[in-house]
Amino acid sequence: MVDMAEEVKSKPVLSKAEGWNGFSLKPRKDMPEGLWVRCPTCEHMLYKSTVEENLNVCPECKHHFRIEAATRIKYLVDEGSFQEVLSDLTTEDRLGFKFRDTTYKQRLKAEEKKCGVKEAMRIGKAFIKGRGVVLAVMEPNFLMGSMGFVVGEKFCVAVDKAMEEKLPLVAVCCSGGARMHEGVVSLGQMAKTSAVLAKLDEARGLFISVLTDPTTGGVTASFAMLGDCLIAEPRALIGFAGPRTIAETIKVELPEGFQTAEFMLEHGFVDMIVHRKDLRNEIARLIDYCQK
Amino acid sequence: MVRMPGDNNKIGDGDYLDFEEKVADLDRQMKELRKLSSIKGIDYSAEIRRLQQEQVTELKRIYSNLTAWQTVQVARHPKRPLLDDYLNLMVKDFRELHGDRCFGDDRAIITGFGQIGRERVLIVGQNKGRTTKNKIACNFGCPNPEGYRKALLKMKFAQKYNIPVVTLIDTPGAYPGIGAEERGQAQAIAVNLLEMSSLRVPVICIVIGEGGSGGALGIGVGDRLAMLEFAYYSVISPEGCAAILWRDGSQAPDAAEALKLTSRDLYKLGLIDATIPEPLGGAHRNVHDTVYNVERYIVKTLACLKRTKTDNLLENRYRKLRLIGTTSAEVLRRKTEAGRERIKAALEAVPADRRPVETKPRESVPSKSKRAVTPKSKPVSAKV
Ligand SMILES: [Zn+2]
Repeated sequence: MVDMAEEVKSKPVLSKAEGWNGFSLKPRKDMPEGLWVRCPTCEHMLYKSTVEENLNVCPECKHHFRIEAATRIKYLVDEGSFQEVLSDLTTEDRLGFKFRDTTYKQRLKAEEKKCGVKEAMRIGKAFIKGRGVVLAVMEPNFLMGSMGFVVGEKFCVAVDKAMEEKLPLVAVCCSGGARMHEGVVSLGQMAKTSAVLAKLDEARGLFISVLTDPTTGGVTASFAMLGDCLIAEPRALIGFAGPRTIAETIKVELPEGFQTAEFMLEHGFVDMIVHRKDLRNEIARLIDYCQK
Repeated sequence: MVRMPGDNNKIGDGDYLDFEEKVADLDRQMKELRKLSSIKGIDYSAEIRRLQQEQVTELKRIYSNLTAWQTVQVARHPKRPLLDDYLNLMVKDFRELHGDRCFGDDRAIITGFGQIGRERVLIVGQNKGRTTKNKIACNFGCPNPEGYRKALLKMKFAQKYNIPVVTLIDTPGAYPGIGAEERGQAQAIAVNLLEMSSLRVPVICIVIGEGGSGGALGIGVGDRLAMLEFAYYSVISPEGCAAILWRDGSQAPDAAEALKLTSRDLYKLGLIDATIPEPLGGAHRNVHDTVYNVERYIVKTLACLKRTKTDNLLENRYRKLRLIGTTSAEVLRRKTEAGRERIKAALEAVPADRRPVETKPRESVPSKSKRAVTPKSKPVSAKV
């Protein structure tokens, strides 16, 4: 269920120099890698620092760049308030998954080195504008943010904590779906996370689910879509099947804007689309509304 | 046991799987001999019997050592019993209930009341269709969101009248289409997972063929998850997995092996509760026996689940779901040990002469059909 099409999309392509529409600073071929990024939506070349100052949003077209969990937490919570739990939880490779000349275990090690985290979700307590919350944030770069045992387990622990301490739960979803390397274990996490949310619902706990680019597959088809309130980031890819899978199945070109946050809003599957800079405000406001 | 010789699926020339060459060859030899004996009037029955025995040995050998990829092929066999066969042979007085009251009636998921053994149940089953026309009508068993919503609506109906739910899973996956996304495929499945985890009636889920990913799980959360011996259940199709991880769809056999998608592997990993045996040579060689085995499993399991108080049932179901993937061998060991002890104690409590014997549910309830026609005439406790 992990769709690799998005992985390709996110990488800034520097080679295709022709075809931009009049941005003042034309990049040269010898431009140092990592100083510039190309906005995948408006194709402008942007200073990385400018983008970063702007919460990783393109100042020209408001394209929301994908950000790692640490950055997301920094943007979202009151400074220094995030207290992480279970950061060391790792999966035992129960299937003994081997593919090509490598194994799942080796792949996990490589991902850990690349991302500096041990799994595709980070959970903990934090404050958002002074309101205490339990926060679960997915790591998009760690194996496409896919959900395996650890992600499912961490999410369940976050729900348990939210119930225990009567705090609202905020989850920032960003995932390619269930993790193939864990087979039915990862499929089972869909059932598991949904079952704990039934308990949270029974306990009348608030769950705000933030859908960011991309939220697809088994994560969308479980906890991501089960929030009391669903907030999407502008133009985020949200859906069940990946666009490539759909295009291959029906052999028709997909309509413009298909499976974007705007598409989901139009079809009634999210409550609101919120710019990254307003996310803190909106979440705080919702929490205030839902106070008992 | 109901067996109608000659009524079973005939395996024709095109129905042998590519690893059954020798079986096909033996069949050809036997056919030849029969023809010869009818033409020349010579009695070859001893020879035929020998070939038959050889064939049985060969089938036993093949089917006890199927690779994961071969299992997938058996699960997808064109003659494999489908939902229709189960409805015809196992369910009495089936009353189909159509529509999700919202968008339409998805033919890939069939729902309705019926009777299995002596129990009234709600059947929720995925329907693949046998003929080309049927296959198109039910979208090759790939449900759309309205199918999942229909299933949930009927399950809530069943809950109201305390009717247990039996789901029969057989789908390559939920349909990846434009309309499906527009109508919220992901949301429909997610809501089913949440609601089924807390449905206040017994829920038995059985994978009878293909258990394709979220599409299977969307009606696959319950108190028991069982699989037919050569069904498969996987997070992604072997082809899809191979295309992504091997970057080559033709590596599907390797992917199938790695995904541990067979009933035997999943049972070993503690991810399913039971495997239901298939007749010699796979379900497609003997539809009646297959359906009978499934029926027996349902009757037995329902009897057990109905004895459990609803609150305990839900507590057990929640604990089971919450522990999915928990690696600690300790948890698994404790669970199986406790189960074994409970069974042992229960058996010991029954006097030796009254221990359960093989029941014949199909024949033992000849006149119960009347009751199921008017299920509401019987006072039912609606307290749920
Ligand atoms: Zn832009």
